[in-house]
Amino acid sequence: MDGDGDPVGWGLTRRIALGRVLSSQSGRGNTLPDTLELRTPYQQGPPSLPPLAPRTAPDERPARRTLLDQIERLEQELSSVFVSTWPRKGFEFSVASRGGPRLLSLAELELLRDDLATRVDDARRSLSDRTYVEEKHRCRIEEMLLAPEEHKWVRIGNDDIGEPGCKHWHVRPRMGVLGILMNWWRVKISSGCPLAKGPCAP
Amino acid sequence: MGWVDHELADEFPDLALWTVRVEAQSGRSPEPVRERLGELSSRITGGHVIHMRQDPVPWAYRVFWRQIGIDPDTTRTPVEQIALDRLQWGGLRSRNLLDDAITIATFETGVPVVALDADLVGDQLGLRLTGADELLGGSGRPLSARQIVVADEDRCLAVLSGEVAEERGVTPSTTNMAIGAIQVKGVPRISVEEALWTVTETLSVGG
Repeated sequence: MDGDGDPVGWGLTRRIALGRVLSSQSGRGNTLPDTLELRTPYQQGPPSLPPLAPRTAPDERPARRTLLDQIERLEQELSSVFVSTWPRKGFEFSVASRGGPRLLSLAELELLRDDLATRVDDARRSLSDRTYVEEKHRCRIEEMLLAPEEHKWVRIGNDDIGEPGCKHWHVRPRMGVLGILMNWWRVKISSGCPLAKGPCAP
Repeated sequence: MGWVDHELADEFPDLALWTVRVEAQSGRSPEPVRERLGELSSRITGGHVIHMRQDPVPWAYRVFWRQIGIDPDTTRTPVEQIALDRLQWGGLRSRNLLDDAITIATFETGVPVVALDADLVGDQLGLRLTGADELLGGSGRPLSARQIVVADEDRCLAVLSGEVAEERGVTPSTTNMAIGAIQVKGVPRISVEEALWTVTETLSVGG
C-alpha cells in the first residue's frame, strides 16, 4: 500500500489516465504532455515502501525454548567442569544472577546463555592450563626421585599436582652439611599435616 | 496438585506444585527425628556435596534456578544449602519438628518443600507471576513485577526461592499445615510424592 492507501503501482497508472483525461478535456492536443506524468516515477526510481507494521506479535516461544535448552546444556557442562576441578581451588563458576525468581525476557535469556558459555569456556581453559602444569610437576617428581642431586632443594606439594592434602616431596641433603659437601641428596616425602582437630573434638 | 499460571506453564511445561494438607503441630523434635537427622548428617561428606550437582534431581533444580534468573552458586537450591550447612556446622542442627521434617525430606529426595498455615491460606494453591504493586502475603514486603510465587486465590504466599510470608507461615500455634513441593523438568513424580510423604510421616512421629 502507498501513502494514500492505494496499492503500490496504482499511482503510475492513475497518472497516465489522468493525463489523458486532462489532455482530452483541454482540447489542445498534447499541450499537457503525458510523458511528464510517465517519466516522473522512473526518474525518481520506484516508489519507496513505507515500513510495514506487523499485524501479529512474533511468537517467541521457539526461541525461548531453544535458549532454555542451551542454558540447560551449558549448566550441565559447567557442573562437569566444576566436578573435574575438585579439589583444586581458584576457579570461578559463578554467573551473575538476574534478579530471579522470575520469567526472563528473550534478551536476558540470550545474555545469560552467553555469560554461561563464556564461564564454561574460561573454566575449561583454566583447568586445561592447570592440569598441564600439574603434569609437569608430576614428571619433575619422577626426575627428583631418579636423580635428587640434580634437583637440589626443590620442593613440590600436593597442591602443585592437583591432589588434596599437605603431602610434599622435598630434595634435601643427607646428613646435613656433610651431605651438601659430599653431594649426598635424597627426596624426603612428608606425609602431610596431622589430622585436623576442631575446637569441639571429642 | 496445585494450579500453574498459563504463562508459566507455557515456559516450563513440567513445572508443578504438589500440595498436601496435614493436621499437625510443630514444636521440639522428638528423639527419633533428632536421631534421623544425626544419621543423615553422617552420610553427607565433602565428596558427596561436590558430586551432588551432577545427581539428576539436584541438578534439575540447579538448571531451573538458572533459567529463572537465580545464580545457584550464590542462592543455593534447598538441597545444596542443607549439604553446605552440614559441612559448615559439622552436623545438621535440630531446630523444630517442621524444619527438621523439611530438612530430612529435602535432603532425601532433593525436592524443595514449603510449608504454610493451612488455616490462613486459600483452598487452591498454585504458582503464578506477580502483578504490579503486590505485597508478599498481602501485607508484607513489596514484590517486583513478574516474580514467580506460590499463591492462593487472593495473594502471594511465598517466593519460589523459599521466602515465605511471615503472616502465612507456620507458627507454634498452627494446627493445620499446607505442605507444597515444587516439581520441575527432570524430577520424577515419585520423588515429589516421597518428599511430601516424608514430611507428613515425620510430622506424625512428632504428633
